[in-house]
This record gives sequence, structure tokens and C-alpha cells, in this order.
Amino acid sequence: MFLKKFAIAGAMAALMSTSALACEISARVSIVGNEFPAIQSVGAGAQACTGAEVKTNLTADHQKINLPGMQGNPAEYTSAIIANSSIVALMNEDVIRPLDDLVAKHGQGLKKNQLITIDGKIMAVAFMANAQHLVYRADVLEKIGVQPPKTYEEMLAAAKMIREQGIMENPVGGAYAAGWNLAEEFVNMYLGMGGSHFKPGSAEPNINTEAGIKTLEMMKALSDYMNPDFLTHDSNATNAEFRAGNVALMNMWGSRAATLVSADGVAQEVVDGFAIDGPMTVGGGSIPASTLWWDGWTVAKNISDEEAEATFIAMMNGISPAMMANEEIRTQAVWLIDGYQPTDAAKGVFAAAGMNTIPYPMLPYMGLMHTALGNELVDFMKGDESAEQALKDAEAAYIAAAKEKGFL
Amino acid sequence: MKHRTFFWFFLPTGLAMLLFIAMPIVSVVTQSLFTPHEAVLVTVETCTPFSCAQETTIDQEATAALREQSPMGRFVGFDIYTDRGHLAFSEVAQAWHSSDSFGEFLKQLNNLPFYRAMGFTIVFVFVVTPLVIAMGLLIALAVNTVNARLKGIVIFFSLLPFVITPLIGALVLFWMIDSRGIIGTALQWMAGDPSLSLKASTGLMWISLMIYGVWHAAPFAFVIFYAGLQTLPMDQIEAAQIDGASRLQRLRYVIIPHLMPLVTFVALIQLMDNFRVFEPIVGFNASAHATSLSWAIFNDLGGETRQLSSAAATSVITILGVALLLSPVLVRTWRDYKGKV
Repeated sequence: MFLKKFAIAGAMAALMSTSALACEISARVSIVGNEFPAIQSVGAGAQACTGAEVKTNLTADHQKINLPGMQGNPAEYTSAIIANSSIVALMNEDVIRPLDDLVAKHGQGLKKNQLITIDGKIMAVAFMANAQHLVYRADVLEKIGVQPPKTYEEMLAAAKMIREQGIMENPVGGAYAAGWNLAEEFVNMYLGMGGSHFKPGSAEPNINTEAGIKTLEMMKALSDYMNPDFLTHDSNATNAEFRAGNVALMNMWGSRAATLVSADGVAQEVVDGFAIDGPMTVGGGSIPASTLWWDGWTVAKNISDEEAEATFIAMMNGISPAMMANEEIRTQAVWLIDGYQPTDAAKGVFAAAGMNTIPYPMLPYMGLMHTALGNELVDFMKGDESAEQALKDAEAAYIAAAKEKGFL
Repeated sequence: MKHRTFFWFFLPTGLAMLLFIAMPIVSVVTQSLFTPHEAVLVTVETCTPFSCAQETTIDQEATAALREQSPMGRFVGFDIYTDRGHLAFSEVAQAWHSSDSFGEFLKQLNNLPFYRAMGFTIVFVFVVTPLVIAMGLLIALAVNTVNARLKGIVIFFSLLPFVITPLIGALVLFWMIDSRGIIGTALQWMAGDPSLSLKASTGLMWISLMIYGVWHAAPFAFVIFYAGLQTLPMDQIEAAQIDGASRLQRLRYVIIPHLMPLVTFVALIQLMDNFRVFEPIVGFNASAHATSLSWAIFNDLGGETRQLSSAAATSVITILGVALLLSPVLVRTWRDYKGKV
């Protein structure tokens, strides 16, 4: 907690010194969002505004609280920092406002590709791109004499060599925690296998397919090279394994990889061997087994126009081009902000975009599919049931949920 | 007491109960009978930093009109209760017909979220509750014999597990039993199996959760029993001693009968608490191995798309479950009461 506060304070100080433009607001601003470093910087930038209070609530549980916090009138949160998956829940319940007028008034300096436009209306302002891609230990791969894997099959082969040569017992890392993380890995791998989660043009599930079975088999094969506790490991725990030098190969978020080895107490060999590459393909496909993400901010619907304007101004200050002069902030993410010069840490996400990785689907019913996958695939991963049964269960769980929500 | 006096005495409590117990129950029952409207979907052009594409989204105006018409949503009766996420009537019937043996039927039943949650919850309730009572009694008897000067500090430390916020307590234990944690590593060394992991095996995870349950709640039972022990009739104990009763016999025939009403009380509270087991499952990240009804509610509300009706139905089932579980104890208390009048 102390470190986090310290980091925010550091980012604030850096911002104060770099942003020459003063930011004046006249109404309250309250921001809810995820907690990774880049978002901390955006929150700190918004808080640099003076004239009224700017509150932030940045937590990994943001998606559990942002919708209830915006449904009231007036809404508790005037802005939610979201990604392409989580904006859907806010759109479904109609709690965010179109930003066209505010963009026209205060949005100078925004690039066209930052504007998330749905049916001709600007609903969010994106500030960074994200994707999962390969993070590896160059020194370990050198020791076994292989190139960084381009496919998951090569990753398995390298993992086998690392284990057999006694370098590491469980060389593969993966955020396979039951729930959201496990489902995300399935979504990645399934798209890489050429699958599509829904039947074309409908909300009917389409995962109990040959590609689905191959996806699960690959995930299972990878998990054999993971820490046996993999079903409890989220991104944070997986990164901790990498930092501790227990893992040599993993598929990790760009937004977390950039600052992976800058934590305290990471062994020197891990810092030196740390390397990033693009996402991997699987099963002979050409589209990577990954998804493209953007992170952006929205403005609540149920607030006064003054608050909306203040929020917009503060959030614009949180993504001001002046921040790009700060080396530390610049490495935190692949920013979409004007004036951003990519750092080495951005290589993986750029490669993902260059390889035509599919963006995470923004469908109204994708969240239900994600939840169903996260709960129903664990039996297969534990080895308690067949891949067919797990996929059948996931489809059944999704159908029950989709019926309840009126999608089927 | 006069009826009038009773009325005025009871009024504040009654109002609070109406406001904080009855009304939420009515609300949750209502929510479980209604679901959101049929989604009106449209395909529109969506532009993101990566590309513009035709994507499906919800038609806000049409949805707003539907909500205006019937704000409660669609009335679906007990449909949510019988769907796969809850009692799963049709899935259970199908499992019954398609399975050759009872074991196979149970296996298929365990594949349905509700029955899987019930399976763990029931085992948890009936293992943890008696153990908590036994442990609490043992600690109380032990502390009662401690030198008066040390008593304060011993009581303080015995109470600690109950004082710690449940989620924090669960996290502390979670890291200790990690395969790289102090208990996890010690177990690996003792078993001589470096790949042993408490978190990777369903059976061991269940045991860990139950140990946590006992660890956390035993101090509660201890405090109650310890208070009870202070009211022990010394003349009865002395009489038993003169009659030649051994220590064990005194415990069996004097102390335990004296504490019996308290045992009932602790059992009642613990049955209720353990049926709602939740924090350790979240703290231990154990949802791959064990789920409970409370966890199911949390999961319904925690996804990117919230399922309020489903969560409401599970809540109603939880209330019914608690009532069912408590009914034998309540009936007994009622009979005792009537016997006295």
C-alpha cells in the first residue's frame, strides 16, 4: 500500500513538473477504474486539477462497483475507466453519456482513433492499447539453445527442454485462476484456433466445436508445465512467479509486462534475462492466440452537465500529451496519446496489432459467455471431466444466463 | 405484561425488523420472479482504435420504451429457480434417466452448479459445526484451569482468530498453505513429495477450508462456554466429588448438562454461519474446488454482466435452506418453552 501511494506521489510530482498547463475545474470528479500502473498515472493526472475535489477509486474489483456506482441519480462515479470488455456492461444499462459536444469543446489534441464511436456517437475516449503477448527469460532460452517461441507448440517444446535439463521444474507461467482469468485464456486460444464464440449474427453459443476441444487440450498441455496451483494464480501471482525466477515463459499483459522487473527484490538474473516478444499463434493458424484491448474513460449519464464538463477536463488532463515526456509513464503502456514514442516494452503489443490480432468482442452477451467459461472449464483443467463435457457445460451455463438476461 | 405495554415495547424492534428483514426479503423474492426484458439488439458501426466494424449492441431507445411500459421486467414465475443455474429440474431428470448407477447420477448432479455448491456447503456445515463446539469446549475447560494471573492474556490470544477480519484471516492462511508458504513447504517435506500442493487437490482444499472454518469460529464457542463455566454450581460439583465421580464423569454428568442450552445456542448460530460459508472460498481462491450458495450470489453479481434475478433466486434458496437447517433446533426450543409454561 505504501509503495503504491509512493508511486502515485512520484507520478504526481512528475506531472506537476511537466504539465505547464494549469487544469481548473469547478465541479466534483469521481473516478473508478482498474489498478495497473498506467491507470494510476491517469488518475494522478486527473487529480492534479485544482478548483474542486477529484476522487479516485482504482481497484482490481472496479467492474463489480462501477455499474452500481453509476446507476444512481446523481451517480457516485462521474467517470469510469473501462476496457473494451467492460464498457459493454455500462452500455447495456445506459449509464454513460455521449461525449460529442464535450469533445468538440475541450477535446483538442485527441486523435481520431482515440474516439470510441458507437452508432456515430462518441461513447469513450481511449488512451492506451493492450494485449497479452510472450514474456520470457532470454538467458534460459539461450541455455537450452532455442529461439523465442512463435507458436504455443514451440513454447511447449521449449518448456519440456527446460524441465528435462533441470533448469526449472515449472517453466511456464499463466494467469489460469478459475474465473475471469481462465476464461480470458480460453478466449485468446480459441480465437487463435480459428474459433468464434457465437453462431454468426446471433447470441447462440458456438464453443462446443473441434476448435474448442483443441483449445482446451492445448491449455491442459501448458498447465502440465505450470505451478500445480495454477487454478489460483491471477496475473499478479503469475508475475510474482516470474519475478522469483520460477518461470521462463509466459503469456502476459503488455500493461503489466512493462514494469514487471522494476519491482523491489527481483533477482539480477531475472532482470537481465527479461525479454518481450509478440503474441504466439497456435494450431498452425496465422492469427495470434491473443486479443487486442483498449483502455479508455467514460463520463456518467446521471450527473449534472457541470460535473460532466469538469470530469471531461480532468480526464483530459489525465491523458495530457505532456505526460509523454516522462520516461517512467511512457514505459507503463502503449499509449494512444499524441506525442507517444514507443519504448522497448511496447514491442509485444505493437507486434500483436501488426499480426492482425482480433479485438476482444464488444458484444452485449460476451460478458455472460466469459463468466460461464470461467466457472465451467475448471473441471476439465483439474482432470475431472472430458473437454466435450466441459464445453457442453459452459454452453448450458451460458444459455441459462442469456435466457435470463433476454438475449435468447 | 399488558398487551398495550407489550405493543409499545415491541414497536421499535418490530419496525426495525420490518425495515431491515421483512422488506429486503419481499424485495429479493420479487426480483427472483422477474427478469430483464428481451434485449432489443441492433447492428451499428463501432469504431475503436484498431478498426471500424459492424457490431451488435443494445438499442437504448427501444429498451427504454420497454422499461417504461413495464418497469419490473418480464414476469417469469419460478423459471429462474428451475433453470440450470439453480434447481435444474430438467437436467436432474435427464441425469436420473441417463445414469446406470446411483454413483453415476451423483457425479452428474455434482456437475450442476447448485448441487455442487450444496455438496460442499452441507459437508462444511456438518463437519465444522460439531468440531467448533468440541474445540470451543476444550479451550474453555483448559482456560478455566489456568492461573488467574495468566487468564487475561490467554483469553486474549484465544480470541484472536475470531477478532481478525475473516477475509484477512483466510488470506493469511492462504499464503501459509501455498506450496511455497511455510505450511505448504513443511507438508511437502513431511510427505517427502515436492509436488504436493494443497491448492491443487479438491480433497486437500476442502480440508484446508474446514480447518480454517474451525480455526476462525472456535473462539466464538469458547467465549460462550467460558462464560457458562463461570456459572457452574459449585455445590453440585462438590457433591459429585464426594460421591466419587471422576473428572470425566463430572464433565459428562454435571458440566455438559449445565452448558447444554449454550451448546444449542452455539449450534444454532454456527449452523446458520457455516451454511453461508463465503470468505474462505474467496480468500483461498478456491472456487475451482469448492463453491457455496453465497459464493454463487457473489459470482452472479461480480461478472461483467450482472445477473440480478439469478442472484435473487439463490438468495431465496439460501433463506429457505437456513430455515430448514434450523427447524429441528427451533422446534425443540419451542417444545421446551411450552413444557415450562
